[in-house]
Amino acid sequence: MLALVAPSIVFLALFFVAPLGFFLFRSVDNSEVPGWLPRTVVALAQWNGVGLPEDAAYRALAEDLAALSGSTALPLLGRRLNHNVPGFRGLITGTGNRVDLRQAGSMREQLVSLDPRWGESTYWQTIRRERHALTPFYLLTALDLRHGAGGELERVPGDSAIFLGLLGRTLTISVVVTLLCVLLGFPVAATMAGSSPARANALLILVLIPFWTSLLVRSTAWVILLQNQGVVNQALVGLGLIDRPVPLIFNRLGLYIAMVHVLLPFMVLPLYSVLKGIPPELMRAASSLGAPPWTAFRLVYVPQALPGLVAGASLVFVLALGYYVTPALVGGPGDQMIGYFIAYFTNTAVNWGMASALGTILLVVVSLIYLALGRVVGLDRLAVR
Amino acid sequence: MALPSHATVLERLSHFGIRALTVLVLGYLILPILVILPLSFTSGELLVYPLPAWSLRWYREFTTGPMWTQATWNSLVLAAVTTLVATTAGMLAAFGLQGLRSRFKPVLYGLLALPLIIPPVMVAVALFYYYARLGLVGTFSGLVFAHTVLALPFVVITVAATLQGFDPNLRRAAASLGASPLQAFRKVTLPIILPGVLSGAVFAFVTSFDELLVILFVGSPEQRTLPRQIFSGVSETMSPTVAAAAVVLIGVSLILMAVVELLRRRGERLRGAIHS
Repeated sequence: MLALVAPSIVFLALFFVAPLGFFLFRSVDNSEVPGWLPRTVVALAQWNGVGLPEDAAYRALAEDLAALSGSTALPLLGRRLNHNVPGFRGLITGTGNRVDLRQAGSMREQLVSLDPRWGESTYWQTIRRERHALTPFYLLTALDLRHGAGGELERVPGDSAIFLGLLGRTLTISVVVTLLCVLLGFPVAATMAGSSPARANALLILVLIPFWTSLLVRSTAWVILLQNQGVVNQALVGLGLIDRPVPLIFNRLGLYIAMVHVLLPFMVLPLYSVLKGIPPELMRAASSLGAPPWTAFRLVYVPQALPGLVAGASLVFVLALGYYVTPALVGGPGDQMIGYFIAYFTNTAVNWGMASALGTILLVVVSLIYLALGRVVGLDRLAVR
Repeated sequence: MALPSHATVLERLSHFGIRALTVLVLGYLILPILVILPLSFTSGELLVYPLPAWSLRWYREFTTGPMWTQATWNSLVLAAVTTLVATTAGMLAAFGLQGLRSRFKPVLYGLLALPLIIPPVMVAVALFYYYARLGLVGTFSGLVFAHTVLALPFVVITVAATLQGFDPNLRRAAASLGASPLQAFRKVTLPIILPGVLSGAVFAFVTSFDELLVILFVGSPEQRTLPRQIFSGVSETMSPTVAAAAVVLIGVSLILMAVVELLRRRGERLRGAIHS
């Protein structure tokens, strides 16, 4: 029997678990820096990080850079350290290409004359901090933290502290979308559950049609409908509700309209399957025992509906957290979520460490939600489609 | 929730309110898909009402333009191969899991379902990072592997659910009547689980056919599929061909949805007929 499962397990291990593992490890992987600067790393380990290092460290760095000179590793090292301190790229390549090991005199003087920044402790402290094969730098940056001059953790100054805001925005959008899905999905699921089987099936089809239509196609439809001359604006102007078209797209409003549309079926379907199982006699019994409708609803119906609500809401929330396509098409620059920045750091900035750190944070949040709600949700509920 | 005759005014009002809200929400769900349909038949260059005239112009562009025909072909081939691989592997895994008596069964099942809960953008980026080292970026096999990862859970879950409703006594009965294991599988097991397997295959097909992120990250520029072509169409020039392509994709989804629904009913009927 295991022989039948094995091909799929091996396949997933090779093409899912391994890629994800390598990618996530990239958020702490720093083996390149000690690999490229072997002598410097040893020399800087002796230094306490205050002021400037000994002459031996200057000599070690000059030898390391000279060894890299002319190879592709030099610009790569520059780009890597540039993640920590902007400007490091030019400093590394400029020095590496011009340093002369045979020149007489102090190596400290030569390096400082090549670039006076070698006389500043920031750059040396950065190399010293990144001398290990593992680095907390990317994960700290993803939380708007950094190591200060003395090695203590501190908040990144205001204008470069963007990641907590991004995380907050991602959570806010996901929470709002989830709440809207609960508010809009509950009446639909309850009406379906209370209808005759034939009518319930007809209503179910109206939920299944958007569910089966791809997310990309639905996001595309919203781009067409919400644009300035789009159908929605035309209708609102035609009804006399507004004088001129209002911006409905590339902003938060448009994003909510499209994202709730895309995710609502994930709320309605699990909720409906739970509500269907609530015997209608219970509500009648409650009201015959004198409970006013609202009390009966609150004390009898809602507790029974809770597993469905929790399942649907957590499914919507988790899916929303990782969204990329819908915000990219319908949202504005200020509405992009963490998924967008994972893609941005991969494609545009080519900063694997940051892409991986943001991915790690996203995965931690998603896993926590699944662990917390694992019993209620159950993985197979995801297969509603 | 039918109202009893003694319902108060307030109850009737809230009952009416829920109904009205349901109609509005269902309209919100379905109208965007309906509204785009006539727009794709415009003769003009813009996707706005009123249409200057009805025309099949953009559908002609969709069926004859080299970019779009290439994309359609690429999507179909990729989805077909993915369906074949994922359905075969997934069906075997579901069979194996059902017969497995091990405490690791839930772990294996969880692993097989895991790709469903990882955000697709992460799967795509991680595969890009991995493929870059293996030289699989921009290859057809790389895309098939990636799409199989995403499609496999749907097949495993669907077939496993069907197998759960399968009564093993039927197989024993066949064996007691002299059927060899292979005969019993072919004549008894397969007809009953076939609807489930086919549904799984449809899910696998749709997963690949609609997939965008993997293509964006690990596909080469030549490997354009319909979703990719639509995505670049929306992000750049919003030509009405995009609307025509979207309508075609909606049509494909609806047909496949109907197929799965029919298979589900057939499966229920088959099992019902046997149990009664």
